[in-house]
Amino acid sequence: MFTMTKNVVRNLLTKSSTRLYPVEVRGHFDGYRGRLDNKIEDCIFCRSCQIKCPSQCITVDNKLGIWECDPYACVYCGICVDACPTHCLSMSKEHRKPTAEKSLIHLQGTPKKKKTATAKPDEAKDAEKAEDAAKPEDADQS
Amino acid sequence: MARTILPFGPQHPVLPEPLHLKLTLEDEIVVEAVPALGYVHRGLEKLCEVRDYKQMIQIVERVCGICSCLHALCYCEGIEQMMGVEVPPRARFLRLVWGELHRMHSHLLWLGLFADAFGFESLFMQCWRIRERVMDIMEATCGNRVIVSVNVVGGVRRDLDAGQCAWILEQLAIVEKDLKQIQSTILSDYTVCSRTKGKGVLPKEQALQLGAVGPMLRGSGWAQDARQTGYSAFGEIDFEPVVEQDGDSYARCVVRFREVLQSIDLIRQGIAKLPAGDLVAKAKGMPDGEATTRVEQPRGELFYYIKGNGTKNLDRVRIRTPTFANVPPLLAILPGLELADVPVVVLSIDPCISCTER
Repeated sequence: MFTMTKNVVRNLLTKSSTRLYPVEVRGHFDGYRGRLDNKIEDCIFCRSCQIKCPSQCITVDNKLGIWECDPYACVYCGICVDACPTHCLSMSKEHRKPTAEKSLIHLQGTPKKKKTATAKPDEAKDAEKAEDAAKPEDADQS
Repeated sequence: MARTILPFGPQHPVLPEPLHLKLTLEDEIVVEAVPALGYVHRGLEKLCEVRDYKQMIQIVERVCGICSCLHALCYCEGIEQMMGVEVPPRARFLRLVWGELHRMHSHLLWLGLFADAFGFESLFMQCWRIRERVMDIMEATCGNRVIVSVNVVGGVRRDLDAGQCAWILEQLAIVEKDLKQIQSTILSDYTVCSRTKGKGVLPKEQALQLGAVGPMLRGSGWAQDARQTGYSAFGEIDFEPVVEQDGDSYARCVVRFREVLQSIDLIRQGIAKLPAGDLVAKAKGMPDGEATTRVEQPRGELFYYIKGNGTKNLDRVRIRTPTFANVPPLLAILPGLELADVPVVVLSIDPCISCTER
């Protein structure tokens, strides 16, 4: 009986254990893997993220400079962030809100070397080779 | 007397996961139990043939939602064994710390569910409130609450700095204080004792014969724990398995409760002895050959068999989860029980079915 009285008094005087959720939201800790962002202007479209991704949710087109991610297939492991050589990929603390319709994250950037009809084909090939050469180094990181 | 066959599960209010048992009853007494497994089979093992061995880490983490870190640890240890990688000491200790945090949150989750199984709602909420602090530690140190994703082949992906270590110890002190507060309720409350003592007794000899693992085996008086094999950094710290003698549901509950307190001690030891150094050792080549590894999951001994063929894909990954090993002992202890005690006894083995069926 005495223990119970002590508990009752303590519970009346202390703060509630729960939060008024939609009004009061608990923030996330630093380093929380909430949402995947790509700073597309720094992206070199090397496809390291696409190769490393365990859920294969990233598609990179290095010719057109397109970086696509399916956020509903992503498992938020952060492997792509570790693999990114230019650190253009990052994970922010805020996670995605629920939506009624699924959509892709489609980012359009500038490919490293544009392959146009007027450009010399050899130069474009060299640029691709240089990009490929950068890949194995990154691959060893994780 | 005419017999009745009653389906228990896959959907049942007490079950966190879809276990299906066909119970044959005589009046209200169980005379036979037949399990049906395969309800949530996902075919994760087969994925090793299409995903490379590094991507498989993220897949085996999702075999079990509760002990993801230990699945990844077991898998990585197997791959490291095959490739001859020496894991840096700091990484081994960090694996221990995160592994024990996982054990704590799993056991606290189970203690809550167990209390809920015999209708002790407030104890259920207290256990989960304490667990929340452990989840916070994981979110702050690993970036996620459950799927921590810290293990990689050759080491770990995240580090703990001095500030984080101090904060973890601070939080663990609060967790310990909270646990001590509910200790008398869990261990000596009338409701808990009357629903669990003498229910579902697994005798000592039978426990070994039927291949029980984890708290089920230790609750029956055997001091067997895969952590004694000294994987990750367990070889370098003081560790004694928690053992209870009675073999009933109460004994299994006490084992798990004492293991939470033991995990706090192990994390403290791990952080105190945390050596400086690298986090990842480079793995060269591709996995070739065979490896078997065992780690102690919260539910018992987890076993991995991995076969590589020198390419980036593996030939075979076979996962034997502790619940799979604990199903035969469960079937042995059910006959003779009243139907009303079946939910509590089934929950006392801590069934993890999506883990078992992979």
